[in-house]
Amino acid sequence: MTRALWVLAVLLSHWRRHKMQFATLLIGLIAATALWSGVQAINQQARNAYDRAAATFGGARTAMLVAPDKATFSQDLFVKLRRAGWPVSPMLEGRVQINGRSMRLLGIEPVTLPADVGNAPRLGAADLTAFVAPPGQTLVARETLADLGEQEGAAPPISNGAKLPPLRVLPQLVPDVLVVDIGLAQLLLNKPDQMSRLLIGKPRGKPAPLQSVVGEQLLRVEPTAETELERLTDSFHLNLTAFGLLSFFVGLFIVNSAVGLAFEQRLPMLRTLRACGASARLVNTVLVVELVALALVAGLIGLVCGYFIAAALLPDVAASLRGLYGAQIPGQLTLRGEWWLGGIGISIAGALVAAATSLIKAVRMPVLATAQPRAWQQRQRRWLVLQGAAACATFAVALLLLHYGQSLIAGFGVLAALMLGAALILPALLEIILLIGQRSARKPLALWFWADSRQQLSGLSLALMALLLALAVNVGVSTMVGTFSRTFVGWLSGRLAADVYISASDNAQGLAIRSWLKQRSDVQAILSGGRAETLVRGEPVEVLGLPDHALYRERWPLLEATPRAWTELVPGNAAFISEQLSRRLNVRVGDVIEVPAPGGSWELDIVGIYADYGNPKGQLAVNVAALIRHFPQTPQTRMGLIVAKQNIPGLIADLRRQFALDDRSVADQATMRAESIRIFNRTFAVTSALNAFTLGVAGIALLTSLLTLANSRLPQLAPLWAIGLTRPRLAAIELTKTLSVALLTALLAVPLGLLVAWCLIAIVNVKAFGWRLPFHVFPLEIIELVVVALFASLLAAILPVARLARMQPANLVKVFANER
Amino acid sequence: MLVIRNLSKTFASAGEAVHVLRGVDLDLAAGERVALTGESGSGKSTLLHLIAGLDAADAGTIRLGDTEVTKLSDAGRAGLRRDRIGLVFQQYNLIPSLSVADNLAFQARIAGRHDAAWTRELVERLGLGGLLKRYPEQLSGGQQQRVAIGRALATKPSLLLADEPTGNLDEATADDVLALARDLVARTGCGFLMVTHSLHLAGTLDRHLTLHSGRIA
Repeated sequence: MTRALWVLAVLLSHWRRHKMQFATLLIGLIAATALWSGVQAINQQARNAYDRAAATFGGARTAMLVAPDKATFSQDLFVKLRRAGWPVSPMLEGRVQINGRSMRLLGIEPVTLPADVGNAPRLGAADLTAFVAPPGQTLVARETLADLGEQEGAAPPISNGAKLPPLRVLPQLVPDVLVVDIGLAQLLLNKPDQMSRLLIGKPRGKPAPLQSVVGEQLLRVEPTAETELERLTDSFHLNLTAFGLLSFFVGLFIVNSAVGLAFEQRLPMLRTLRACGASARLVNTVLVVELVALALVAGLIGLVCGYFIAAALLPDVAASLRGLYGAQIPGQLTLRGEWWLGGIGISIAGALVAAATSLIKAVRMPVLATAQPRAWQQRQRRWLVLQGAAACATFAVALLLLHYGQSLIAGFGVLAALMLGAALILPALLEIILLIGQRSARKPLALWFWADSRQQLSGLSLALMALLLALAVNVGVSTMVGTFSRTFVGWLSGRLAADVYISASDNAQGLAIRSWLKQRSDVQAILSGGRAETLVRGEPVEVLGLPDHALYRERWPLLEATPRAWTELVPGNAAFISEQLSRRLNVRVGDVIEVPAPGGSWELDIVGIYADYGNPKGQLAVNVAALIRHFPQTPQTRMGLIVAKQNIPGLIADLRRQFALDDRSVADQATMRAESIRIFNRTFAVTSALNAFTLGVAGIALLTSLLTLANSRLPQLAPLWAIGLTRPRLAAIELTKTLSVALLTALLAVPLGLLVAWCLIAIVNVKAFGWRLPFHVFPLEIIELVVVALFASLLAAILPVARLARMQPANLVKVFANER
Repeated sequence: MLVIRNLSKTFASAGEAVHVLRGVDLDLAAGERVALTGESGSGKSTLLHLIAGLDAADAGTIRLGDTEVTKLSDAGRAGLRRDRIGLVFQQYNLIPSLSVADNLAFQARIAGRHDAAWTRELVERLGLGGLLKRYPEQLSGGQQQRVAIGRALATKPSLLLADEPTGNLDEATADDVLALARDLVARTGCGFLMVTHSLHLAGTLDRHLTLHSGRIA
């Protein structure tokens, strides 16, 4: 043990003498762990929220009975099933508005609620009485209570004037859900004797077959391990994970570079240790122990940094998930023990992977081989060929995945293979470019410039790969976001056809507003709308009612339609389908779709496909009158108005005064547009932050590589100084060289980034969200990114170059004295 | 103490077999100081490496006391170097990140035989008293070699092997360093085998052997 400690002390003494290298190693590990674990913390937080949602009294993880073509069914069916021995528990679901805020109301029957369902065990006997007995209780999540601005025990009114039972917090509940006794829910939702579904508990004995009791009126839905929310949000989390993984690898590039150089510098030390009697096994074991210990320390620091990164990004992520998928994620970070352990584990595993080559070399190192501190750079030439071959193989994999892959994972696979291949081929491409430069050089200094750049390339290649990947991802993601933004703004102009939007609190108010508006000469048209919800082929679908108005015909963003689509829509047996739903259900123009409605199945011809960016739900658009015929319960509270621009402020002010409407209930087009764009921008705030982090880490990779290389550059530079080149001139040459290779890398990153953007737009977006965007290139943004990359390279190069410029001649003379 | 019989070693170089040692026989008694000379490539360093267990012989035996070196595993040979052999190289091979004091004590510490009084005596005899806090790069060649000799003798080995220990030093410094080594070897009573190109230095030891065409001439 003492022997091992002494060997460890000797190995550690290297870092004391090479502080910058030590810092590099730690920075790499900390950056890798922080970004990876930060992203994992966000993912874990979201998954916890999905679990809570799934556990909300019979989410998708509970077997249930539903009506195949209607939203609700009669209570009689429940009674029949109970009598036939079915352990079912009823549930009614609907939406209510509290202070203009829409919430999901769940009515449950706690006595029959199966013990293994969701939060059932948490309703104890005492609570059960309070929940059922008048006035009853409304169970809510803590976040909902805060959102409503109420205290426990308060009984807020809902939009139809009825009061909810007193609020009580049940922490396990998901936000925006209100749970009451089913009897109360039937009253509040005005659905007497109606139920939405029956949850199935564990049967005692064998009940009569379902069909013999209820015929075809109810359908059994089996539980799924993955909830709808999890399935929908998979792509978002995959995207985050991909970013985390990329940053992790960029961090490992730094570690690999630092460990590789340290190993080469420590080779003579390792041989001396062996010569002094430390066995190969002891030295190798201690090398691993040293690395693990460093990874442990860096991992802990990285985890703390990761926690802060996650905490900083979480509000934006929560906004993204709410905007894109309607998922409710608490904005406060809570982490499990697995996260801490996983973070330490990934730090250690990452360090071992990054140092694998060096460790293998150490294991195989013959004790007698002469020290070759720079042999690794020379061997790099042979590696270029191998790397080139590996790159070609990776590109082939990308092509195969592109051709045969159908899933989102395959889409990300194409991206990953493309970027890996590009990173692998980068050194070979740079080598070719520099070789051409060297062959075309005539003056001796120019010849040396190119030759030395080639020689330096091997030491910088990992950092340049990191820069290439970070820049390509930046170009790709910013092109995708820019494309999306431009398309979204154009689409929004089409969708927001009316000048003023009104949302009344209930039908009565809606009617009153309509009558009042008809008296006003400044209102050119009232465009009524409406929305209903249903399930089509198991998918939750929103049915949107569109008014028959010329403005819609002119501006509604149809991607594909029959020639008389708008005319066909009017009678009520045709519909437009949103792009994402058409992909999900594989429905095209000309197909027929059956929509379950309260009065029975509604058959609709698909006459058009429209873009519906940012909507997590699939959507069908029908004529509004037909919608109200088939879904009579549809609230008639929404309307748009056509008003001359100069009359808008006056009209809105009058509406507010007359009907006590607030900002959420009445808004002009410009406000709606600005709000939509604000939400859109917030959705991509996380992407921008991760983009900046990745570029930052790549900058650090370049800086650390240059710093670690700086010392070994002396033997190359000292002879030039000896023959008459001044130190400032040498420094200028060094700076030019670094910036040249960085520029070449940045220029190569541009086409790669555009390819990444194409993959994101044409593959990943389509698979993840179901919409395909037109491809736009933004040259100014790309130029800006290249300039930023060069600036980062300049910052990275400036420190070692300044050191060289100010270096004492005695240090340069040492190169000759020490026979390095 | 050291008995070598019929020792052979062959290397492959550019696809051809190079027979460096062709049946070397050598005996070295406890406390005896022997110089080994020979032209470049004659196998002097190879012989030294084989004795130290830094490399494995193709044939023949090396016996150090009651230990047959040629039969030891890698770990066994490491243990032999650690506990019973002191090694001095032409390039000094000090650990650059350790101070002179730590370099001196290093081998003795990993052998678990650190003797503070003996180390103090070595420091005094080698004239390193004022240099203990310095690092190898801050020392001259002669000073570095004195540290290397001190490190090799700190474990009180039974055999000190030196490979061109004065090859990088000027004549006067070489004389001084070797005189110190001779004194200390006499003080510890260990055997001393030194490879050198200098006939002058070889003449200062008890016995002078020459390696020629892979055999002791």
